[in-house]
Amino acid sequence: MNQNKNRTTNPIVGIVKNNVGILSVLVLLCVIVSIATSKFLKPNNLISVLRQISINAYIALGMTLIIILGHIDLSVGAIVAMSGTLTVGFIVTQGLPIPVAILLGILLGMAAGLISGMIVTYFRVPAFIITMAMMNVCSGVAYVYSGGQATRINNDFFSAIGTGYLFNTIPLPVVYMIILIIVISFLLGKTKFGTYIYAIGGNREAARLSGVPIKKVEIAVFTISGVLSAFAGLVLCSRMYSGQPSVGNGYELDAIAACVLGGTSMSGGKGRISGTIFGAMVIGIISNGLNLIGVSSYWQLIVKGLIIACAVLLDSQKGKISLFKKKA
Amino acid sequence: MGQTVLEMKGIKKSFSGVYALSGIDFSLEQGEVHALLGENGAGKSTLIKVLGGIYQPDEGSIFIRGKEVRIRNVPEARANGIGIIHQEIVLVPYLTVAQNLFLGREIAGPMKTVDMGKTIDRAQEMIAALGVDIRADEYVENLTIAQQQMVEIVKAVSFNGDIIVMDEPTSSLSNEEVEQLFEIIHRLKEQNVSIIYISHRMEELFRISDRVTVIRDGAYVGTRKTSETNPAELVAMMVGRDLSNFYARDYNDLENAPVALEVDNLGSSLFHDVSFKVRKGEILGFAGLVGAGRSEIMESVFGARPYTDGKVIYQGREVHFKEPMEAIRSGIAMVPEDRKKQGLVLGNSVSFNLTLASLHFCMNGIAVSESKRAQIIDHYMDSLKIKAASVDMEVAGLSGGNQQKVLLGRWLATKPEVLILDEPTRGVDVNAKYEIYLTINELAKQGIAIIMVSSELPEIINMCDNVCVVRGGKLVATLGKDGLTQEEIMKYAAGGVE
Repeated sequence: MNQNKNRTTNPIVGIVKNNVGILSVLVLLCVIVSIATSKFLKPNNLISVLRQISINAYIALGMTLIIILGHIDLSVGAIVAMSGTLTVGFIVTQGLPIPVAILLGILLGMAAGLISGMIVTYFRVPAFIITMAMMNVCSGVAYVYSGGQATRINNDFFSAIGTGYLFNTIPLPVVYMIILIIVISFLLGKTKFGTYIYAIGGNREAARLSGVPIKKVEIAVFTISGVLSAFAGLVLCSRMYSGQPSVGNGYELDAIAACVLGGTSMSGGKGRISGTIFGAMVIGIISNGLNLIGVSSYWQLIVKGLIIACAVLLDSQKGKISLFKKKA
Repeated sequence: MGQTVLEMKGIKKSFSGVYALSGIDFSLEQGEVHALLGENGAGKSTLIKVLGGIYQPDEGSIFIRGKEVRIRNVPEARANGIGIIHQEIVLVPYLTVAQNLFLGREIAGPMKTVDMGKTIDRAQEMIAALGVDIRADEYVENLTIAQQQMVEIVKAVSFNGDIIVMDEPTSSLSNEEVEQLFEIIHRLKEQNVSIIYISHRMEELFRISDRVTVIRDGAYVGTRKTSETNPAELVAMMVGRDLSNFYARDYNDLENAPVALEVDNLGSSLFHDVSFKVRKGEILGFAGLVGAGRSEIMESVFGARPYTDGKVIYQGREVHFKEPMEAIRSGIAMVPEDRKKQGLVLGNSVSFNLTLASLHFCMNGIAVSESKRAQIIDHYMDSLKIKAASVDMEVAGLSGGNQQKVLLGRWLATKPEVLILDEPTRGVDVNAKYEIYLTINELAKQGIAIIMVSSELPEIINMCDNVCVVRGGKLVATLGKDGLTQEEIMKYAAGGVE
């Protein structure tokens, strides 16, 4: 049902219909924050919210595929740190040309995802365990390489990746986000590959007997997740003018939260890119709003946790209500 | 037979205006086995749920030993001596039999602990009382399905249950296990327990039941003494029409038909020395007991399971499929045995499931063309007469028959040369069965080679050109259709003849 959009309805209507729960949370949140502070609705702030969520969005896009497939990837935050730190290091310490360093950074993330994916699919080890191990390895690589120190980088071209603007208005990270949303949505909704992700997550054995190349799809999805995380690391380091091994800490949880808020089922087989993006927006607006209102970052953690829990509860109730209707 | 223990009168139940039960009468005498018969969706489950306190009837009354009762929930049903054994077993696999039997009513020891010794002793007594041979300290996961079912029966009786409902109890049992179950039913009868027995299997009903009540479309059709009726009458009551041409088969002339698939001395850890060939336009049946290895042989041919010896020859060339994908690409399709576990992606739509194996026919560059997909979907929804509110609805919401048709459609859409059907009509209502037989016949007429694994002997006898009988992983006989009887097949399937 997920990828089979009703052929006759307008896609926008479809997106709204499919995401009623998270969209109402989003709207409610926007109303509350804009009442609390007039700064929220200023164009500058809205653009900066989009920029803030973009990093999480790259990771969450990959995570959505992973979770629909019926797995989880805990290594994404560590890959952000590893790829970011090493890319900056390659440029500053090793003196490699920037494109080469960037390519190597992305390849590192790709390799991490590829290895996780291969172990998961060939040895049938729970992804939770293997990506947790991968998380430690990647994080370790970042610390060993950098000696735990942040490396500053002063290079206009490199900084432009994360701080530049398109037409002087749209931040480049937002542009990347939009491109990635389009690409991943296409992949998930319009290709065989996407259908197979849903099929494997929904019923692995049925997928296998229907000729779905399970191993290829699983490895590809983990690899995509690794690449997207590495890309997130690159953009993040560029924006911070430095490579820091501690940088991606906890990003995996924000990405998972975005997916779950967006209605992706943790048991696999169900989920939508649009939902994940709205989920990422909710998380971004919570942080932004609380910042604007002036809530301390310690309190923010508590509030964020509570709002996420409420949003998920709300969504599960909606599910129950509609289920009753079907039966009745 | 003696007094009436249960009487249900004019039970009506509707869901959003649609009657699931429109006035059902049912009575049960002490110590009798009363079969409840009806197609899928006829209302058997709804009636049982009313009895079990899961649904409340809109109208009608229930009398237990002459006294009118209201059953509002499961504990109240238990208090009235009603125990229901559901089709799906609901035991906790990682607890022992004894722990399961006393789940929720543990025997207390000192300091709020559970007295495990006493629990096991009491459980063992309860099991022995039914003459069952199961250790109370065994973990449920180590039991066979049949044993687990027996634990369920022990559990139901242990709540002082004297009205036991068994919902399709033999659907996943081997013939030997069915015998064990029947022994227990006899023992329960001796103890004056009354049993409502739901099953599709006509033979069983005639062996075990005293009376049969047939319901159709939520309405009471009639009750017969088993000794005074016959299968034809019951089927006619079930479907409301005469099904004299139930099995539709136009046999092809196979004399000069080319061999589509040949299997030569195939062997693995689960079967050995299996050889057979199927020609274009032929329907080759595979009969045998559950667990004989029929499905395993087919899965190996299809590439879903490895084999170590022998070879598979397809269209004149030796092939060895390592993955189902390879077999599908070559033109072999397999509708698997277990619709829910191996077949459908239940949470996804009808259209998703229908086109899952044939997306390669819908490609438009790297994207899937929705219009090409729609063509396939429309074609099979129509030609297989799949009844669904919309192709976008979840396939889990369809009836068993329609689910099976979706699965069949998925495989037909791959345009196979060889079609393997594993239990194609299991858990399917009579009308859908008839339509599936029509489709199979049509496919054979088109020259597709069909292998049909089935535990339903009438279907094997009436649909197949030749029948292979498998016992204990070996092919023990290949029989022609002429003069074939159930007895002859069973003789080979159960052993005794080489």
